[in-house]
Amino acid sequence: MKLMFGRTVSLQLRLFVAVLLSIALIAGDRYTEGGTVVRTSLNTLVSPLIYVANLPYELFSIGAKSLHTRDQLLTENEALKKKQMLQSEQLQQYQFLARENQKLRALLGSSAKQSNRKIIAQVLSVHSNPYSHQVVINRGTTDGISEGQAVIDEMGVVGQLTKVGSTTSRVLLMTDTTHATPVRILRNDVRTVVEGIGKINVVKLSHVPHSLDVRIGDVLVTSGLGGTFPEGYPVAIVTEINRDEGRPFAQVYAEPIALLDRIRLLVILWRSQQEQINDD
Amino acid sequence: MINRYSLLIALSIFFALIMALMPLPFSFEPFRPDWVLLVLMYWSLAVPHRLNIGTAWVVGLLIDLASGSPLGVNSLTFSVCIFITASNFQKIRNFSLWQQSLLIGLFLTLYHLMQFWLNHFLLGVYFNPQYLWPVFTGMVSWFWVFLLLRKYRRHFRIR
Repeated sequence: MKLMFGRTVSLQLRLFVAVLLSIALIAGDRYTEGGTVVRTSLNTLVSPLIYVANLPYELFSIGAKSLHTRDQLLTENEALKKKQMLQSEQLQQYQFLARENQKLRALLGSSAKQSNRKIIAQVLSVHSNPYSHQVVINRGTTDGISEGQAVIDEMGVVGQLTKVGSTTSRVLLMTDTTHATPVRILRNDVRTVVEGIGKINVVKLSHVPHSLDVRIGDVLVTSGLGGTFPEGYPVAIVTEINRDEGRPFAQVYAEPIALLDRIRLLVILWRSQQEQINDD
Repeated sequence: MINRYSLLIALSIFFALIMALMPLPFSFEPFRPDWVLLVLMYWSLAVPHRLNIGTAWVVGLLIDLASGSPLGVNSLTFSVCIFITASNFQKIRNFSLWQQSLLIGLFLTLYHLMQFWLNHFLLGVYFNPQYLWPVFTGMVSWFWVFLLLRKYRRHFRIR
């Protein structure tokens, strides 16, 4: 065997090159921004792998669905119909209110609010890096989405898009340690920022002065500042306040309203046209 | 050069990648062994002239992309682990299976500590002893991975 002497490049040199390349990659990934072509094509490269890994789960859920009994389906249908009735009643009210709001805004001379473009995405269940909170969805640049768009579900804010590929992309959840959401308290319109601490059911309000008027049970909604999240979507409910005067800030914790550990269908929002024009 | 052997090795790595990405029930998630690293380690011990640090780097990059970690983290840690096994393959080969599994546990610990350290530096996460569960499950899985891949290698006469 030629193993003993036949090695062309020494292992040390190979390791050296590999380490250099990795460090360059880490630095490049960290200090460059935006969805460049290179990044999108790299993310696209692994999309087939993700779809294949998701396949067993899909098969299981199809199997489970086809094993539902008729009774189960009937009860589910009944429940959904009831929900639909209640919601369509609310929707009628909503349309009336929206029109009234538009008229009032016209009277005040302020700009009318427009509903944004949106798209529904499904979560692909694949394993992710254990050190960060993220999920993979089945939408990509072919659906017109891009990095930084807000993602919500039927309850509240979920997170924002990062690492977009052509047919899959990643949603960074709002509980991730690198994510912060600008919010205001619904009760008194005080602005603050909510940041993730790496736990799926707790977020933290950052830099809260002791004098801030915040109570347990306060609902936090997006403030629209920062430009990523449109205004007015529910984010979290305050659950714990620790006003220890020995510390520079009060410690306020909140629980996300969206059930982040069992999300299945998500809505991706586009920013409204007007905001984009103001931005450019 | 792409020949039959490299294709067969690539196929086993592909299956390991699928197993690493496959969804598990939430309570089993912290115990998932590092299938890809185990398979790479086996091949670097068995056929070190076919699989080396370069392969480990590329596979690490694939893992980074597919699992959404900062790019380069797994490339770096995989390269270091495969460097250790590939530079000592003649010694490690002669150990018995349980001795090998202890050594593999040591390498896996190194891998997870490096991973944690890089992620701490890049993402600001804090240490949680749960991060080390895959070391134990990996040590146990080594018996299975080793015996299965040895059978695979002998059956297809990969040299």
